[in-house]
Amino acid sequence: MHAHAAPLATPAVRLAGVVRHFGAVRAVDGVDLAIAPGEFFAMLGPSGSGKTTCLRLIAGFEQPDAGHIEIFGDTVEGLPPYRRAVNTVFQDYALFPHLSVGDNVAYGLRVRGIGRSERDRLAGEALAMVKLGGMEARRPAQLSGGQRQRVALARALVVRPKVLLLDEPLGALDLKLREEMQSELKGLQRALGLTFVFVTHDQGEALSMADRVAVFNEGRIVQVGPPEAVYERPATRFVAGFVGSANVLDARQSQALGGPARPCSLRPEKILLLAPGAPGPDGAVLVAAEVTEVSYQGPVRRVSARTSEGLALTAAVPAGTTGIMAGATVRLAVPKDAVRPMEGEE
Amino acid sequence: MSLATRDLPAPREGVMRRLSDPLVRHGRLLTLLLLVPPLLWLGLVYLGSLFVFLAQSVFSIDEFSGTIVREPTTATLLELFRPANYDIVLRTIGISSAVTMLCAVIAFPIAYYAARYAGPKVKAAFYLAVMMPLWSSYLVKVYGWKLLLAKEGAIGWFAGKLGLGGALEAWLALPLVGGPSLSVSYTGMVLTFTYLWLPFMILPVQAALERVPPHLIEAAGDLGASPGLVFRTVILPLAMPGVVAGAIFTFSLTLGDYIVPQIIGTSALVLGQAVYTLQGTAGNIPLAAAFSLVPILVMALFLTVAKRTGAFDAL
Repeated sequence: MHAHAAPLATPAVRLAGVVRHFGAVRAVDGVDLAIAPGEFFAMLGPSGSGKTTCLRLIAGFEQPDAGHIEIFGDTVEGLPPYRRAVNTVFQDYALFPHLSVGDNVAYGLRVRGIGRSERDRLAGEALAMVKLGGMEARRPAQLSGGQRQRVALARALVVRPKVLLLDEPLGALDLKLREEMQSELKGLQRALGLTFVFVTHDQGEALSMADRVAVFNEGRIVQVGPPEAVYERPATRFVAGFVGSANVLDARQSQALGGPARPCSLRPEKILLLAPGAPGPDGAVLVAAEVTEVSYQGPVRRVSARTSEGLALTAAVPAGTTGIMAGATVRLAVPKDAVRPMEGEE
Repeated sequence: MSLATRDLPAPREGVMRRLSDPLVRHGRLLTLLLLVPPLLWLGLVYLGSLFVFLAQSVFSIDEFSGTIVREPTTATLLELFRPANYDIVLRTIGISSAVTMLCAVIAFPIAYYAARYAGPKVKAAFYLAVMMPLWSSYLVKVYGWKLLLAKEGAIGWFAGKLGLGGALEAWLALPLVGGPSLSVSYTGMVLTFTYLWLPFMILPVQAALERVPPHLIEAAGDLGASPGLVFRTVILPLAMPGVVAGAIFTFSLTLGDYIVPQIIGTSALVLGQAVYTLQGTAGNIPLAAAFSLVPILVMALFLTVAKRTGAFDAL
């Protein structure tokens, strides 16, 4: 985590020791975080991990029970949402059903007292930016899910927030649309140079979009870092299992596979399946194992196997590898450096 | 796997089962069968007799013999515009508007609290408190209010204790809304109506507010609207269909009532009383029918205006 600390400039968002509980449930349980200006920051975690509450604390919908929150150096705890320079794109978009698309986008300008013609012009520009130019007169109910998403985005961006918060923004879209919006969001963020903080439970989304990812579990951040660092070197058992999938090894098992004598993770796609008689790569540890299950997953075939010592391993091999059956004995190669220590586990 | 291999007996055959097959296949037949009895009742018994009655307004009454002249004429309808009759119409609409506005103002905060803040237990108590007055007799409530409003009644006594006796006197000294005592003034009449019809306003407003997603209120605040602005620009417009639904109840119930004005209020007539006396003692069915047209036209106008102002946009 220290290797990827935020730059020294005033962070766009800073959380220090933030706690928020609902009754006996500690939804956010001591979160420290610094998000750099212009960063695309993902908060990743399963439902109930505190990521959404964290976002709501930054937005001002919740107030912390303890701790400190700053937005560009200004203390914001105690301030209501309408006094904060952040805007939110809601999961269900929260478009006003009684207003037209144009009036929805212009809402933030209207409450700031900007005149009709000026705000119509700005709203039109914002809609054009999200590729919905000319849709001003429609009602939200007449739009598709993807279009509503864009309106929500335009409505939040038109008031020029310092930080844009996105709560599971792509959760309600179908796969194709989601991929399209991912690259579009990323493009918008780069073009505007804005700080984006977005909450998701989809690890693929977090890895592909974010500059840095914070993995949440049980109200705490368990790991922060660039997507590659989080995926390649998961700090805990939880991160290893939640961000992608992994073989989790105890100290003795990892030593047997050529790793250090401490808890380690081993990504399935690192394990190679050797053809009979073929040599393994240099420095790789070779093990014989009996296949227990094979499942075809499109790009890869997932092979579960058990060594004679009783260690269960899962390998993801190219889908073209055919002829593997449950019950067969295979040779697996674990390359050097594939077994990675988990810093947060003892 | 015993589940897969076990033989279950076939469902029993019977008259009902054989009957339900065609009904399931022909869904429209079922709808028709279910709708015919209520439609007959509504169409023939209710609407039919209403139209027959209203149609009487094109007849007139013979001034000397008091019998109905069955020849179409606009004379009876035009009689509504005679000052004495026109006053009755205006007075009733004025009272109904005042009651409706007072109901809306009192009901909104109550409904808002129940919809947004009350927990399940408080909400149950709220429903009970709102509905309970509807379980007791209308007449008991009206006579109860007569006592409360009387010169020596609880309201006057309480005002005296609070040192507001002078203010009450000053209010009663005002023209139109005043009178010798609250129980014989328009003020008293409006208060009683407001009490009687308040549940009919609270419930639809509460239902409308309950349907306003909390996220919309958060989004408005997020975009920079202060709570007052959020109320004016988001909550109120979205609750408007509920307010209009409540207003339809309070307005039309007041328009047609003829008992409260008889027990509480001045000697001046309202629409309900006019119809009651005309069709009864006076035997002037045509004019009674003409008067009965007024509330229907007023409600039609009310709904048109409500629709024009966008009250139903959020539906």
